[in-house]
Amino acid sequence: MAVVTFMSYDGDEHEAPLEEGSSLMQVATNNAIPGIDADCGGEAACGPCHVIVDPAWADKVGRSGPEEEEMLSMNPDRQPTSRLSCQVKASESWDGLTVQLPESQW
Amino acid sequence: MKIPEAVKTKVEAAIPLDRQVQGAHLYDKGRRWLTGTNGKKMFVERPIPPVEDVALADIDLSNPFLYRQGLWASYFERLRNEAPVHYQPNSPFGPFWSVTRHADIIAVDKNHEVFSAEPFIIIGEPPRFMDIAMFIAMDPPKHDVRRRAVQGVVAPKNLREMEGLIRERVRDVLDNLPVNEPFDWVSTVSIELTARMLATLLDFPFEERHKLVEWSDLATSMEQANGGPSDNDELFRGMVGMARGLSALWHDKAARLAAGEEPGFDLITMLQSDESTKDLIKRPMEFAGNLILLIVGGNDTTRNSMSGGVLALNQFPDQFEKLKANPELIPNMVSEIIRWQTPLAYMRRVAKTDTVLNGQFIRKGDKVVMWYASGNRDETVFERPDELIIDRRNARNHIAFGFGVHRCMGNRLAELQLRILWEELLPRFERIDVVGEPEYVQSNFVRGISKLMVELTPKRAG
Ligand code: HEM
Ligand code: FES
Repeated sequence: MAVVTFMSYDGDEHEAPLEEGSSLMQVATNNAIPGIDADCGGEAACGPCHVIVDPAWADKVGRSGPEEEEMLSMNPDRQPTSRLSCQVKASESWDGLTVQLPESQW
Repeated sequence: MKIPEAVKTKVEAAIPLDRQVQGAHLYDKGRRWLTGTNGKKMFVERPIPPVEDVALADIDLSNPFLYRQGLWASYFERLRNEAPVHYQPNSPFGPFWSVTRHADIIAVDKNHEVFSAEPFIIIGEPPRFMDIAMFIAMDPPKHDVRRRAVQGVVAPKNLREMEGLIRERVRDVLDNLPVNEPFDWVSTVSIELTARMLATLLDFPFEERHKLVEWSDLATSMEQANGGPSDNDELFRGMVGMARGLSALWHDKAARLAAGEEPGFDLITMLQSDESTKDLIKRPMEFAGNLILLIVGGNDTTRNSMSGGVLALNQFPDQFEKLKANPELIPNMVSEIIRWQTPLAYMRRVAKTDTVLNGQFIRKGDKVVMWYASGNRDETVFERPDELIIDRRNARNHIAFGFGVHRCMGNRLAELQLRILWEELLPRFERIDVVGEPEYVQSNFVRGISKLMVELTPKRAG
């Protein structure tokens, strides 16, 4: 089964199975990954589902769109490959993907 | 005539802030004299009928006594069920739409292209000067620039620096509370702790912290804006004091930093050490707008969450028992308390184009009010929505902080302050009993508790 790794800011790793079509936020919350909150339920309207995609994967996973940028551009922990995980549709072809969590979620 | 922004800024920069407020006061006096509204109260309290006795079209959620009279929940429920996007053509504040369902509110809040926060976010109109440059009432890109300049002070990283001082100041209050005798929780705890929190945020002179509360209370009780009880002359006199106080704060801080004082984690230090804001005092309206927004934004909201939590745990005593048995529920309970209280009833928008929302045709220029207080009781999102359930699974999905670009900037600070309060209360007190009928604020915007008599039973030593 394809697996994604969520890496905390301190380097703790948590794996979760990638379910085709679910968002990365859903994957994280279904698997009780700490450090991802989905206050707005996946509407790109809150922010604390922020992840930073491993740059090597950024092209495959895709870059943030304009709707995400509204929230991300204000975020002090924002990185070039930042995404709102609720806006990332997971693919089973991403086995081995790693995403980092920011220092803090806001 | 439209005055170019640059010219306006220049003129404003040349006139000290307090003089500008005085000018606005004169203007407002003239307006009231001309319109013959001087001295007349807009609102007199009368009993509101039960919602079943009112025609759907006549429902007016802008009535500033709905919350005080305890009828708000039934009015919201009827609209959610029968007219989730509802038009009131004849309110004292003019016509407006009410949006009452959770999902519709999110749709409006995140769509600033269609629903503008300008010129103001309250149902009515602010008196002149109070419509100053606050970014809560600006759309992107202007909003983003302004917010970015100040948000660092309440960013999680900075809060970690402030947590110790906030906790120390909470402990000091709790250690000196009367026990086994009734006292007012609102003035003794909620207002006091909020004043301390705001003073910490601004590094405002600690002994004068109550001024922050006074100013903020005046600013949020304007009757034309939200049906509050405030007197305009008193308001403007307060605002002159505020303008002077905040300018003094800036200059005093600059002098102390210049004299070699260790820079702190407060807002003024942060502004003075950033290239883009180090001369903010020369843009007095922006300076005042930013500071007032932080003070006002953090004041009633935090205060009423502190009072609301005690009230709710008294109405649902099994939850207090659950809490004592599981203190690790505090963070989730904090979200649940904020949902249950919803300190700000709504934010207002204006449609920038004709649009359709949940089947209703909204015209360009119409006022659209997002009733967070209703969205937080939406039974399709929250099971048994009227109950406080401290381990509610989806408490964080509450809408009390809004969503989208204006999502509450102080949300982490508010959560931190409430978490610390409950972490410090639990080891000290066995019981916190409400011992009298609570009193409520007159407003359609602030859902406030003005008096809450309680009696504390201390934990037995050992
Ligand atoms: C439980 C406590 C609080 C509640 C319920 C609350 C609620 C809100 C709401 C509903 C908004 C508007 C959201 C929207 O339009 O979508 C807002 C914005 C704001 N709040 Fe809070 N607030 C709280 C505490 C605080 C604190 C402690 C501060 C700062 C010290 C603060 C500062 C602000 C600011 C600056 C904005 C404007 C943000 C923007 O326009 O970008 N709030 N708050
Ligand atoms: S869940 Fe709210 S932005 Fe992703």
